[in-house]
Amino acid sequence: MADSPSGRSLVVDAVTHRYPSGALAVENINLDIKGGEIIALLGPSGCGKTTLLRIIAGFIAQTQGRIIIGDDIVDALPPNRRAVGIVFQNYALFPHLSISENVAYGLAARGIDKAERQREAQRLLDLVQLPSMGERLPRQLSGGQQQRVALARALAIKPSILLLDEPFAALDKNLRLDMQIEVKRLQRVSGITTLIVTHDQEEALSMADRVAVLSHGRLEQFGTPSDVYDRPQTLFVNTFVGSSNRMPGTVVSSDRTAAKVRLDAGAEIIARPAAGALADGGRVTVCIRPEHLQFVSDDTGFAGVVGMSLPLGATVVHEVKTADGSGVKVSQARIGETHALENGAAVRVAPLAPALANAFPATL
Amino acid sequence: MGAAPASRDVTSYGMGLAVPLALFFLVFFVAPLLQLLWLSLHNDTAGLHWGIGQYLHFLTDPFSLSVLGSTLLLGAEVTAVCLVLGFPIAWLYQRVGPRLQTVIILIVLLPLLTSVVVRTFAWIVILGRQGIINATLQSLGMIDTPLKLLYTQFGVVIALAQVQMPLMTLPLITALGRIDPNLDDASCSLGAGSWRTFWRIVLPLSLPGVIAGCTLTYAAAITAFITQSLIGGGQMLFMPMYLYQQASTLQNWPFASAISIIFLLAVLAVVSVFTTLGRLSRGYGGA
Repeated sequence: MADSPSGRSLVVDAVTHRYPSGALAVENINLDIKGGEIIALLGPSGCGKTTLLRIIAGFIAQTQGRIIIGDDIVDALPPNRRAVGIVFQNYALFPHLSISENVAYGLAARGIDKAERQREAQRLLDLVQLPSMGERLPRQLSGGQQQRVALARALAIKPSILLLDEPFAALDKNLRLDMQIEVKRLQRVSGITTLIVTHDQEEALSMADRVAVLSHGRLEQFGTPSDVYDRPQTLFVNTFVGSSNRMPGTVVSSDRTAAKVRLDAGAEIIARPAAGALADGGRVTVCIRPEHLQFVSDDTGFAGVVGMSLPLGATVVHEVKTADGSGVKVSQARIGETHALENGAAVRVAPLAPALANAFPATL
Repeated sequence: MGAAPASRDVTSYGMGLAVPLALFFLVFFVAPLLQLLWLSLHNDTAGLHWGIGQYLHFLTDPFSLSVLGSTLLLGAEVTAVCLVLGFPIAWLYQRVGPRLQTVIILIVLLPLLTSVVVRTFAWIVILGRQGIINATLQSLGMIDTPLKLLYTQFGVVIALAQVQMPLMTLPLITALGRIDPNLDDASCSLGAGSWRTFWRIVLPLSLPGVIAGCTLTYAAAITAFITQSLIGGGQMLFMPMYLYQQASTLQNWPFASAISIIFLLAVLAVVSVFTTLGRLSRGYGGA
């Protein structure tokens, strides 16, 4: 087990959880997390990510599988014996206790004497840059400050694992970035193995060392942000992380690393087969990100008609109707007004480079 | 404090709507109360001599003071029983599924749906010499002679506690429902056991409900004429019955009026202690 000084490893071993009704919440999840890593559990709401978090924390006893922290199987331990720190989405600060009492709460539960508790609470408040807020009540603090307190409170018990449940969802955009940097800084300082549950892909990609993408209770992919973004293993990951055009097509020829696909929209392109070689003549769904498509003036690519154009600041997104009736989005860097396109203009669209597209066997 | 001309002063309209109720209170509550005060300030039953003799009589009479004392004590006992029994019910209510919640709320409300007289007679059946409790204990061979349950302080407290239980449970359910369930989980994940979580988190945050419930239960218990007199019988005398005897049996209206006023002030004093506690706890738990 590769344990960094304070971060312990976390293994989620074949965990399955079934609700009393029989419905599956999570199914056969395997995660091998090294000490000190930041991991994001990413997925749409209802994908089971919060259930998994609550299983790791000990609030839910999984139906099958094991949770191993460091070298210990913790399945038999109740939440108050697991030394897992949690920051809740709404922070769950104790409203009737002062900020330093909140931070010291876990230390009191461990029977640490008052003077030591106060010293430690002050040290943590210094760490989260709220040194003079100790006497206040939680409601006298702003959302961002409350979150810092929630972090300090979770860190006070020197947890072996830190769990963050949608920690930035309640913050406005500017504050969110500050807090993301702050959390990453604290994590680097403390070296605590950290798990962030989020539905926000940007958050997952920017903060995590590795991202676990979940859908319908299953683990779709567990890899580095660039693995997940550039080399998605499933159609779900490709469409959920970043935006993507889904284009139906037929395989012309394929080996393990490249497939030639004839798109229904009318072009032959090279795509990366996401899960090994594809059968010749098989139907596939090709995913191409809007930023990987360009307008071309020669006769390569496929034809289309420009519909709506949306200027999104740095880029302009054009909606193009293709010959087979489906639509694709094409994103262009915005350079002056040169890329303004008339509504209804006939264009040809082609990938920027081969193998930027991913091909997945079509599901029936 | 110049109000913006665009916004109407909210206190200036709508007051007219309160006039019917205000009149009702004036005629049927304030006027009789003033009459009561006026009556109590007479030294003789004929109402010819003014004075505070009735009050002096009450406050220097050991018997009257003992009735007042035992009534206030009775209220405290009933309130304590209701709190100890009602809190677990309210706590349970917040932790079970919606179906069981319906069952619990029905059980809590059921006493309110039957007449106090009926419920009190039911307690006579349960507590009597040949009642359910004594019959059961005797048939089990646990006692030889029937226990004296009826016409005792114990019997009155138990019966009143059952009658007044909803007044305690409902505010507690509301107060516990306002507590963020994540706080329980947060406390637990920080290493606290169930008891620490209860004493440090749940109880302090439910204090507004505890105080509301205690105020209601207390006020209802000490003024519960029917249950007090039927279960307490002739041997136990509490303020409402004492008052009734003075007024109806002895026709001593000035003294009865003075008893009323003193009782009223005593209740107000206790209630204001509760509300002061409530105000103190609001800064505490009402976040």
